[in-house]
Amino acid sequence: MNYAQHVLTHLRKDLRLEWRTKDSINGMLFFALLVVVVLAMAFDPASFPSMTRQISGGLLWVALLFAAMTALNQSWARETNNSVLDAHRLSAAPASALFIGKALANFLFVTAVEVVLAPIFTVFYNLQPLGQTWKLLVILPLGTWALVVNGTFFAALSLRTRNRETLLPLVLLPITMPALLAMIQATTAVLTGEFEPTLWIKVLVAYVIIFTTACVLLFQTVLSAD
Amino acid sequence: MAIWKDMPTATVAKPDERAPARAAIRPGQGTSATADAPAAVELQRVSRLYGSFVALREITLKLAAGSSVVMLGENGAGKSTLLKVIAGLQSPSYGQVTVFGEEPRDQRGTVAYMSHATMLYDELTGMENLTYFAGLHGGSVPSGGSRRAHLRERAAHALTEVGLDPANTRRVGEYSQGMRQRASLARVLLSEPDLLLLDEPFSNLDVGSAHSMITRLLAYVAEPAQSGLARTLLLTTHQAELAQPLARSTLTLSGGRLVALLETGKAAASRTSAPMQTGAD
Repeated sequence: MNYAQHVLTHLRKDLRLEWRTKDSINGMLFFALLVVVVLAMAFDPASFPSMTRQISGGLLWVALLFAAMTALNQSWARETNNSVLDAHRLSAAPASALFIGKALANFLFVTAVEVVLAPIFTVFYNLQPLGQTWKLLVILPLGTWALVVNGTFFAALSLRTRNRETLLPLVLLPITMPALLAMIQATTAVLTGEFEPTLWIKVLVAYVIIFTTACVLLFQTVLSAD
Repeated sequence: MAIWKDMPTATVAKPDERAPARAAIRPGQGTSATADAPAAVELQRVSRLYGSFVALREITLKLAAGSSVVMLGENGAGKSTLLKVIAGLQSPSYGQVTVFGEEPRDQRGTVAYMSHATMLYDELTGMENLTYFAGLHGGSVPSGGSRRAHLRERAAHALTEVGLDPANTRRVGEYSQGMRQRASLARVLLSEPDLLLLDEPFSNLDVGSAHSMITRLLAYVAEPAQSGLARTLLLTTHQAELAQPLARSTLTLSGGRLVALLETGKAAASRTSAPMQTGAD
């Protein structure tokens, strides 16, 4: 069996588990919606359309980042229930396939939340992008992958710690900062049309390549740790 | 290191303060075939500590391929820890462990471990769980056949062999303890391991189910492994009489020490002699 089939086997299992429990998506969706609504009520976006365009990219990504974090620990909790993770540690299947499968599943869950959140966000913040909107189709998946690939890795790393819910944001937020900056700047560039997002997209691509490679290479060590 | 002062009877010592090793593997303590048989498991003065608690104390043991060993001992004797160390799920604090001549972690796929936990997803059915693990184990797909159908067939076969219905749509989380135990056994047998480590496999089973499991295990270890070596079985139990048909040898642990070795030689009548060496007193 080849590597891709192993990845697909893990991905299918995670999608099936989520379909049965809906733990991750429900939690993420409600959290993200609450953040968007609360911030929309905290200041009046309709009265300040220019400022709203300036900060909307940041609000969207911060809401998604925090929402994703609620789901990331949950995704590994499934593996620790009944010590299933030990079965993976003894399995002949490549450990990195488990990681990629889970990261892909988390990517799909966060993307599903984005699909629901985007129109609501647009309405609440009265957004009319002034730049090339199609570029969001590149920025959103890249940014989402940057969030979930690190999040999935550090959630696995913090699995055996007592305060894993606390540890994950403490480790993840500083590591994600360059990616967060790039995705916010690129999104703001599209929304305001004031500058080109190309440079920030390139930064995001570089970040994704570097961190995906590092996480894949290091995951075996994380999985094998006592 | 107060721990060392608190162990008047312990044979564990700091590596730099150790007394000369006791006859780690004593000549003549195994059977006459010992020297020729390849070792499935070899432990050299293995100790495992949890903080200041010593779970295993200088265990020296050699199990030849084809051994069928029942490990006995009171609660907290170190049986589960020993299995985890052999499986590579925990590293020894001191000493060396090899499985088929390599580090346990290099033997992924050839060792299967069944613990108190099912290692199955509660939200999936038995069939879904087993199909998933069959997919991870891989194996060759017959030419012309669909991979998915092949995996499902293997999963259904494994479930049927332990007396579970593959068509059962109940999720594992809704299974009784006995059913969970049997599904767990099906999972470990599915990967056709060369070394099978079972931690109290009969603990939640009625006598009939336990005997069925023993029959299945006897048949399993009687078959040669894919590597060509005889299959090796090491299990822990508190029900020594129940496990007797599987016990070619019996090990007893107490307080983390290997205190007794008994060669019963009655297991798996169809199999050839399976030797074992140990450094037990």
